[in-house]
Amino acid sequence: MSDSSEALASAKAAADRIVKTKRLNACITPLKELRKSLDQQARAAHPSGVLYGMPVAVKDNICTLEFTTSCGSRILEGYRSPYDATAIAKLKAAGALIAGKTNCDEFAMGSSTEHSAYGRAVHPFEKTRVPGGSSGGSAALVAAGAVPAALGSETGGSVRQPASFCGVVGIKPTYGRVSRYGLVAFGSSLDQIGVLGRSVHDAARVLSVISGRDPKDSTCEDRDSLRLPTVPESLQGFVIGVLKEYFPPDLDPAVRRACERAIRLLKELGAAVRDVSLPHTPYAVATYYIIAPAEASSNLARFDGARYGPRFDGALDVRTLYKKTRGEGFGPEVRRRILVGTYVLSSGYYDAYYRKAQQMRALIAQDFRNAFDRGVDLLFTPTTPTSAFKAGEKVGDPIAMYLSDIFTVTANLAGLPAMSIPIGRIKGLPIGGQFIGQAFLEDEMIEAAYALERVVPAAEEA
Amino acid sequence: MAAAAGGRWETVIGLETHVQLRTASKMFCGCSAAFGASPNTNVCPVCMGLPGALPVPNEQALKHAVRAALALGCAVHPRSIFARKNYFYPDLPKGYQISQFELPLATNGSLSYLSPDRGIATATIVRLHVEEDAGKSLHDRFPRETAIDLNRCGVPLIEIVTGPDFRSPQEARAYLQTLKQVLEYAGVSDCDMEKGSLRVDANVSVRRPGASALGTKTEVKNINSFAYVEKALTVERDRQIAVLEGGGVVEQQTLLYDAKTNAVRPQRAKEESHDYRYFPDPDLPPLVLSEPFIAEQQAQLPELPAKKRERFVAQYALSVNDATVLTADRAVADYYEAVVHAAADFKAAANWVMTEVLGDAKDHQGQLRVPPESLAHLIALVQGGTLSHQAAKRVFTEVAERGGEPRTVAEALGLTQVADRGMVAGWVSEVLGAYTTEVTRYKDGERKLLQFFVGQVMKRSGGKADPKLTQRVLEEKLAP
Repeated sequence: MSDSSEALASAKAAADRIVKTKRLNACITPLKELRKSLDQQARAAHPSGVLYGMPVAVKDNICTLEFTTSCGSRILEGYRSPYDATAIAKLKAAGALIAGKTNCDEFAMGSSTEHSAYGRAVHPFEKTRVPGGSSGGSAALVAAGAVPAALGSETGGSVRQPASFCGVVGIKPTYGRVSRYGLVAFGSSLDQIGVLGRSVHDAARVLSVISGRDPKDSTCEDRDSLRLPTVPESLQGFVIGVLKEYFPPDLDPAVRRACERAIRLLKELGAAVRDVSLPHTPYAVATYYIIAPAEASSNLARFDGARYGPRFDGALDVRTLYKKTRGEGFGPEVRRRILVGTYVLSSGYYDAYYRKAQQMRALIAQDFRNAFDRGVDLLFTPTTPTSAFKAGEKVGDPIAMYLSDIFTVTANLAGLPAMSIPIGRIKGLPIGGQFIGQAFLEDEMIEAAYALERVVPAAEEA
Repeated sequence: MAAAAGGRWETVIGLETHVQLRTASKMFCGCSAAFGASPNTNVCPVCMGLPGALPVPNEQALKHAVRAALALGCAVHPRSIFARKNYFYPDLPKGYQISQFELPLATNGSLSYLSPDRGIATATIVRLHVEEDAGKSLHDRFPRETAIDLNRCGVPLIEIVTGPDFRSPQEARAYLQTLKQVLEYAGVSDCDMEKGSLRVDANVSVRRPGASALGTKTEVKNINSFAYVEKALTVERDRQIAVLEGGGVVEQQTLLYDAKTNAVRPQRAKEESHDYRYFPDPDLPPLVLSEPFIAEQQAQLPELPAKKRERFVAQYALSVNDATVLTADRAVADYYEAVVHAAADFKAAANWVMTEVLGDAKDHQGQLRVPPESLAHLIALVQGGTLSHQAAKRVFTEVAERGGEPRTVAEALGLTQVADRGMVAGWVSEVLGAYTTEVTRYKDGERKLLQFFVGQVMKRSGGKADPKLTQRVLEEKLAP
């Protein structure tokens, strides 16, 4: 038997810290169960693993043998997965400890972690505000210092947006970089598991571990895991494009100031900065809100109460069982997206909506390729148009909520790696800057983020 | 009525056939695809549609699908798309079936078959695509409850769609039998309707002869055996004609065939197909098949029945009928050729295989129990005069039951013929001595009595006298 005292100490400390974040409603695993499991996991952890003893919290839509996997939904209340997601299996093989499940918008549909069967998660610095979403629980736990890193998932910015709101690092890798096996599907062609970390290094090293080929996921690229870059001395030789369409005239001036400061610092680090235009950007949100709900309407068809999850019963026949279970088991935002998705796939509307959206998606991806073909290595933009908004502010206005993803959805539509790092504060609330990289060149993106992270005054007002 | 109406109406039938591919594992996961396991034992997160599980295509199934497509003369597309067919049903655990829609695996094939009405006819294969099977709902297992068995869920299928090419239920059946034969030959499926590995849905309409437009069609489902294909289609054809002759209109609908009552009934509204909202499955990248992969599947295809039949006629001087019987089953054809290669006479080998071998196989689950070399020896014994045909049949049965070399078996049974002239002459003398009246009548011209004397000699010899020699000796002794 190897000495597991180091991992045990780490497990206990993590459990103690998570207990202290209770007010955030970020971790939804019962604390007693969490403490016991962490202890067991620490005893079994692989001491030779590169993440030995590191507690990593996991968004509730990623399947784990430990704890329930309910996607923040009543419809999967109490559901236990009989298998670990590939990303989880890789974390465990590296010696990491699964430090509980984190609160999220139901089935990752939302931008505020208010649409959860467990109640809303709370911003770590200001309780009246949202931590962002849908991976808001993961972001809040990391921001509160409870865990050095947490897994989230992205379909249209659900890692980067809460990272920006909470002042942590959030990376969404290239589509196909991390296996989706065990990530409960929302929009399969957009979904990727991402990482939230206290620092670029914490996020990147977890990403490195969970990345790489997986024979169980046909959309996962047959590639080795991500090689971690070293922290560069300078950004000499980097060409960074600043996206014109992401700095509209009505952009929050403080967000603009924070970005301009970051861009200045990138130049000082030796990077060449160029203005770049992606003409199809204005269509991104509309395109996203056709494709993602369309896929969701099909992906969520399996939740019907027939095989697992609670049944909202009294049903006399199978149709009534479906209606009651799905009607009561899904929250309003999920129901809205299933309806939209069903509509856009319907015969007679498919060509007008879904097919058009796919065509637009191809044009958006081509915009990015054009920019990269013209010698740009990386793109820089604000992550979000504002800092964390108030709880309740946008729940009644879906369009306003959807527009908080305006700068993030493009990377999902194009399948590109993107990340958010803290670049300053606005009235005390964090704001993030976003890098968008070329497919499977996360290492370059991480290098630039390393360099910027060392010099940017992230805790200072912009 | 149908016969009377037959001249006034033309029947138009198109078939959609689902064929289970012969693979060890399912289409998108590693579970066993075997038939008959206890319920819900061949299942995993993927085929149960558990949250987070993802499909990975089975390469063997793809090989079989491509071989089937090539055997049917289809163009196999280097790029095809898996699509989701969305509908709710408890035995469909994902709420959608992975199938193909806009870009199927293969299109544009054809299959020639022997129409009972028109001779050789050709059916067009509009498309052939790959999909997964659904599970099974068991409505009669528990009172007032439905049980679900997901063993079949995810089993690989191909769907083969013909044009509206059949002009009678008999033709539809003949096509299906040829299709089954070709797919069995290609080794891609066992095509067992009873086990559900071949299922048929039919589109049926009628129109005035000479009309170019198609009549309104109905879809007939739940046809569970070859025998029912013809019955179900006849019933529906006659129903449509009766409706039209009564001045009504045929309603486009899906009908279920009930074999017990030999009638069709409309599918309940709830079972009625709706908008399937097909879209490309984002979990599966486009299926890209390389040129060498397709060529390899072509190379793996055996000689198909039509080709083989032609060759048998040419190479072995067989009649078309004999060649058809011998090539109906690939194993039988291979068996026949093995007998021939062990140096048996072509025609004699054909007769033996078509009667004794197939007869024995029919009683023994299709097993070909006598090794082809043994049959070749047996045929040689008959032709050399060592065994009578009757005796050879007994030896065949004995070899089938207990094995052994035909000559040894024949000797052990005391069945070898006596071709010794002296012995045969002795039996002939005895017979002629015993039947003097008949001898006189023979000599007076009643020549047909010769067979009577042959029979008596055979009797006296215990069946061992070589019949040809016996006849010769008799003729000599009775000569005036």
